[in-house]
Amino acid sequence: MDASLFQYLLRLGDNTLVLGHRGSEWCGHAPVLEEDIALANTALDLIGQTQLWLGLAAEVEGKGRDADQLAMQRDIWDFRNLLLVELPNGDFGRTLMRQFLFDAWQVINLGRLMNSSNPRVAEIAAKASKEAAYHVERSADTVVGLGDGTEESHVRMQAALEYLWPYVGEMFLGDEVDAAMVAAGIAPDPASLRAEYDALIGRVIKTATLEIPDSSFAHKGGKTGAFHTEHLGHMLCSMQWLQRAYPGASW
Amino acid sequence: MQPSVEQVWEWLDAVPDPEIPVISLVDLGIIREVAWRNDTLTVAVTPTYSGCPATSIINLDIETALRGHGIEKLELKRQLSPPWTTNWLSEKGREKLEKYGIAPPTAAGGPERCPQCGSVDLKKVSQFGSTPCKAAWRCNDCLEPFDYFKCI
Ligand SMILES: [Zn+2]
Repeated sequence: MDASLFQYLLRLGDNTLVLGHRGSEWCGHAPVLEEDIALANTALDLIGQTQLWLGLAAEVEGKGRDADQLAMQRDIWDFRNLLLVELPNGDFGRTLMRQFLFDAWQVINLGRLMNSSNPRVAEIAAKASKEAAYHVERSADTVVGLGDGTEESHVRMQAALEYLWPYVGEMFLGDEVDAAMVAAGIAPDPASLRAEYDALIGRVIKTATLEIPDSSFAHKGGKTGAFHTEHLGHMLCSMQWLQRAYPGASW
Repeated sequence: MQPSVEQVWEWLDAVPDPEIPVISLVDLGIIREVAWRNDTLTVAVTPTYSGCPATSIINLDIETALRGHGIEKLELKRQLSPPWTTNWLSEKGREKLEKYGIAPPTAAGGPERCPQCGSVDLKKVSQFGSTPCKAAWRCNDCLEPFDYFKCI
């Protein structure tokens, strides 16, 4: 059980870590100051949630590692995040579309985790879900603003949705780790989130005058660790280099 | 002699929030419990936002203040549950925020009035602001931008 729980917590923590880092890559580069601040604040919340999830993962593992070591001293094959979050940012529209597709899933999943049989998981979910609710409100607004915006922003948002759509399915695929979590009442069956997710994003995408691609093909392998894209390696290179060069360095 | 729990609450009410120093940590509602366990004083602190960079400074400020009052055995606990809500802001804290130029949180999800001129003709600039706990707004009458304390 502890081995499965450890894996499950890595998945939660690696999602927020990798997306938080992607968000931070916009710091100083966003199209307007307010958006720069919004992206940095969202990234900060995600990194904060990472500390909670990976901190608990490290405790469950019981090998004396901490959240920092899990984040900074694991290599690509030990990461358990969804492929969606490791993809490069692309333009601002793609970044916000990805944020929305993730936020919508995150807010639903955290809502279920608040009822987890594991009280530590439940309390982190309760904390994080307030932040996620705030994130999805903003990312949904931005998707609508840009989708139903100018001709160019509309075209870019539709292209972003088409590029990202094949990475959405992985969020709902279950494996033996998920089965162990369901059996212990710790976490929901990923597939059980799909109907609520489709309803939520369907509403927003329609208001944004965009169209969800007619394909159910799903890239997979991120959350199981079987296969990551080359992009994650490049990202870890910049994120981890200091702790790899000087392990345990602090200031 | 052990100082009373009420005394400790009073001391903590004199410790300013590092990011918004006009309000105290007690005003902010993040001190959840003060108790003596034998000869050890325990203080439970809850984070505002999970990634709030002020969290470690807050713990340091609490420790410095209480040590300054002669507390020797001190234990700071992080309490996540129930999660912090802006409903825990004190009435005096809300008044101080507004006087300082930050509109206090409202259940309606936006500021009640401009903290500068009192106008209700307001515009949201961004859901996020200069710290995790604030959003950016602007007054259409006096044209001043101002911070709104996010309601969560
Ligand atoms: Zn005004």
